Amino acid sequence: MATARYEIRVLGAAARFACAHDERVLIAMERAGLATVPVGCRGGGCGICKVEVLEGDYRCGPMSRVHVSAAEEAAGAALACKVFPKSDLVLRPLGKCFDQTRYQEEGASNHGC
Amino acid sequence: MAVSGVLRPGFIQLRVLELEPALKHYRDIIGLDEVGREADGRVYLKAYDEFDRHSVVLREADRAGMDVMGFKVSSDADLDEFEKRITALGTEVEHIAAGEQPGVGRRIRFTAPSGHTFDLYAEMELSGDGPMTENPDVWRDPPRGMKPIRFDHCLLYGGDVDGTVKIFCEALDFNVSEKVVSPEDGSDVAIFVTCSNKAHDLALVRHEEDDKFHHCSFLLEDWKDIGNAADIMTRYDVSVDIGPTRHGITRGRTIYFWDPSGNRNEVFAGGYSHYPDNPQRVWSAENIGKAIFYYERSLNDTFLPVVT
Repeated sequence: MATARYEIRVLGAAARFACAHDERVLIAMERAGLATVPVGCRGGGCGICKVEVLEGDYRCGPMSRVHVSAAEEAAGAALACKVFPKSDLVLRPLGKCFDQTRYQEEGASNHGC
Repeated sequence: MAVSGVLRPGFIQLRVLELEPALKHYRDIIGLDEVGREADGRVYLKAYDEFDRHSVVLREADRAGMDVMGFKVSSDADLDEFEKRITALGTEVEHIAAGEQPGVGRRIRFTAPSGHTFDLYAEMELSGDGPMTENPDVWRDPPRGMKPIRFDHCLLYGGDVDGTVKIFCEALDFNVSEKVVSPEDGSDVAIFVTCSNKAHDLALVRHEEDDKFHHCSFLLEDWKDIGNAADIMTRYDVSVDIGPTRHGITRGRTIYFWDPSGNRNEVFAGGYSHYPDNPQRVWSAENIGKAIFYYERSLNDTFLPVVT
């Protein structure tokens, strides 16, 4: 069976990237050379890559409850390093290092967080 | 001064989000040996060149980070003495019964002003698989993975790091080997303390949240083994923060990377030897890039803000 690939869009960024169903969204973003979501530990522990999933279906690996409570998870919050897509997704960055002043810039990175 | 009182960092108990991926990381990729698993789910590991039973404890939890860092002291009487001295500084001491960790004697515990939990203990069973002592070969079996020699030190983040350093220096006889100070007000931003001949046994960085864990570090033999570790990280797709590079502070050669739960690890080799009469080394925070990453001479985006 061919690997299902979905399109991931980050609110405020023009560039989109592809992510396979068995790949984590943050890792797919890095592989595409983008920095639209800030990258931290990539293990669900630090909370830097916290996002709200505005559209689409997905599943999550285990995430630190310090950063995503069960209620937040049910409401669509997740750490992008633990998100596996089941459809195309639209994300909004929420992480503590996300620089809102750079939010509207295409491919914004997050230096100096 | 001969090493007495507090001898060294002896163990760290880490919280991991899933046990099996964590074990694969610490045992198969880093190369620690699994010592045992207990009924409460905790898994115990050690490095090949450590004499004591264990040095790393993994506990599955719903958040990452450090439960406790333990320091070994030279005698049971030291525990009573250190309890008096810690209490005299206004910090409460709790007693942990022998056997709470298998093979470990009674421990005294305190929560430092930076929010971190520290244990002191005098007794731990010797490993049956520790370094040879009679006509000793360099190892029993060839070291695996990144070939870690020992659990070496931690860097921890919290608010009142001055208060924590005060306990370590005034009650436990540590020395400040090196620090980073703010050019504005001269306050300490990062402080490196040692109880031994090592450049640091514990490091603390001032941070808005208490009880945060930056990294635990494993000693490797040399720069060549740092290269071997880097090869392993790429081969097994380990999440890497930075390196191989070198620190200005302590001069260690290093790689920073993360376990599958986002707890940062370091492998390092080298660094200067500290003696208690050495003048303190001081960096201005304006030079923090070179202080932390000597070759890059600038920080990356993740090293300072990413903690668990």
